[in-house]
Amino acid sequence: MLEFPEMINIPLAKVIDSIMDWLLLHLQGFFDFIGAIILNVVLAFENLLLFVPWFVIIILIGLAGWKLVGKLSTGITFMLMMFFIGAFNYWDLAMRTLSLVMASVIFALLIGLPTGIKMARSDKAERFLKPLLDAMQTMPSFVYLIPALMFFGMGKVPALFATIIYAVPPVIRLTNVGIRTVDIEALEAAKAFGATPKQILFDVQLPLAKPSIMVGINQTTMMALAMVVIGSMIGAKGLGMEVLLAISRIEVGRGFEAGISIVFLAIIIDRITHSFSQTKNNE
Amino acid sequence: MENKENITENNEVNENNSQVSIKNIWKLYGKDAKKVFTKKLMKESKADIQKKTGCIVGMKDINLEIKKGEFYILMGLSGSGKSTLIRSLIRLVKPSKGSITINDKDITKMTNEELLHFRRDTFGMVFQHYGLLPHQTVLENASYGLKVKGMPKGERYTKAMKTLETVGLKGWEDYYPGSLSGGMQQRVGLARALANDPEILLMDEPFSGLDPLIRRQMQDELVELQEKLQKTIIFVTHDLHEALKLGDQIAILRDGEVVQVGTPEDIVSSPADDYVQEFVQDASPARVLTAGSIMEMPSTLAYAWEGPKTALTLMRSKKRKASFIVDKSRRLLGVIRDKELEKLLENNSKTIPTSSIKKVTSVKEDILIEDLFPIVTENRWPIPVVDDNNKFIGMVTTDQIFESLSPLGGE
Repeated sequence: MLEFPEMINIPLAKVIDSIMDWLLLHLQGFFDFIGAIILNVVLAFENLLLFVPWFVIIILIGLAGWKLVGKLSTGITFMLMMFFIGAFNYWDLAMRTLSLVMASVIFALLIGLPTGIKMARSDKAERFLKPLLDAMQTMPSFVYLIPALMFFGMGKVPALFATIIYAVPPVIRLTNVGIRTVDIEALEAAKAFGATPKQILFDVQLPLAKPSIMVGINQTTMMALAMVVIGSMIGAKGLGMEVLLAISRIEVGRGFEAGISIVFLAIIIDRITHSFSQTKNNE
Repeated sequence: MENKENITENNEVNENNSQVSIKNIWKLYGKDAKKVFTKKLMKESKADIQKKTGCIVGMKDINLEIKKGEFYILMGLSGSGKSTLIRSLIRLVKPSKGSITINDKDITKMTNEELLHFRRDTFGMVFQHYGLLPHQTVLENASYGLKVKGMPKGERYTKAMKTLETVGLKGWEDYYPGSLSGGMQQRVGLARALANDPEILLMDEPFSGLDPLIRRQMQDELVELQEKLQKTIIFVTHDLHEALKLGDQIAILRDGEVVQVGTPEDIVSSPADDYVQEFVQDASPARVLTAGSIMEMPSTLAYAWEGPKTALTLMRSKKRKASFIVDKSRRLLGVIRDKELEKLLENNSKTIPTSSIKKVTSVKEDILIEDLFPIVTENRWPIPVVDDNNKFIGMVTTDQIFESLSPLGGE
């Protein structure tokens, strides 16, 4: 009597399954097309990063740390971190992970920036998107893997697809907030001089919202990195896969090496993308 | 019916030579604002309308006529609707009801496309917090209005350089606004507004954020500039001194309604109600009232051709020891004292020679009371007021000056 009555049963799972079946059946071509685009972009990055000699990449990252973040010591630290990753024998895997992150961030920005702009310019769009973004950010990241798997099978593409979906909310949100909090008088001034909505967007809203948008890009990048690691569960080769293997074989040392490599990558990416929002702000 | 009315109203406007004609403007905020437009509700006060319908009244049945070349002040406290009104002239705020006709075009009925062109060609606007773009240089900011119009870079920079020079910012064109003081930033704002060479200049509390000294300097410069440019300026402020100093016409707003319209002197000397009076209370009337507005006729006035006896009798009957004396065409000769008249009588003189008349400083009727102070302190006579032909038209006594200073707006 105390148990929930079995009579009451909403077959949501079945409904969703049948929707997925229908989508797969009718939109297979569409998904193949998207998959092909995603795959080509990732492969381009992967080929680039694996083609460039390791020391060149270390030097470039060192320079980025020095010039963008601002201190020579930061640049040297970055170079040491990259050197350690190489010394753990994870250079190739780290580059694969990095290319996944880069590709997913590019797609996330391509989707996120226009969506954020749209959201900022229309209250209706904001009302519709806000709960959606909330839901996307509270959903456990694993959940995204399931539909991604269904649409694209195993491998890089579903991992990337899930990563894009998972990483896109911050840039949408912060673009929206950035544009909405632009100095009202600067906006009114542009309007008063007869600027078109497009002129207002490019002359006033985007430049003034830049620091906020850059913070959004930073967060999106960090979330992409986190998701790429998880994406290795469905076959995206990279550092995450090493962690996964280490877990399944209970090899603590190996897991630690891979884990610390991910942390190093995370620190470097975070500092560099963070610097974009800082330097522009000081001008 | 309504259309017909509009047409006749517009005709009247043309006859009046108004450049900006604001007719029955309403602005309501809130859901379903139209329900307020019933005969009964429209007569209620702002607070009552809000209580009954939940709609907030921004502007309530405002009617104003602004002539070409006029310096027109919109004054009121915050929440009085002055900023909403100036924004609705350029449709940054769209009125809920009513019409605003500028150069014979109704701005409330324009399409968005027409509106863009109208804004570009007719207006320049200056904002309280400058509204500059921090990522652009002074020169880029000043030329923004021209950029929007699609003017090529070289041409717009040349033009903007000229206006920057006009506002005294030559040499600053490559700086960013962030490195300029508030006063200088506002000069950039002014240069940007002037670069377009607009017919109408809208200024929304442009000097409110500045230090008092800089503010006064900017006001003086604006007055000078306006003498040169002769533009129609619509200027929002909450500072009465500023309004009195700059304005040809002042409209005082409260709770979205126009309470009084008039020249600075009208407002100060006869405030329409308690609200205006309160505003006017701490204004120094010495800077607004003129000798003409407080002068009165003396109890005695001697006529030179009547001879000393008549003059003396007149003065004795009024118990005066001295009197102003005028010639046949009422031109002021000076002051005559009873002692001098007695002397003349003793000598059996039938006329009053100029030698016994004491010369005094006279003033014109449009002199400000403030400027009478130095004359009063070195002169124990009342100050005679004359017209352009030196004709005597009245006098101002020290008592009257003091009287006019204290209870402004009181009685």
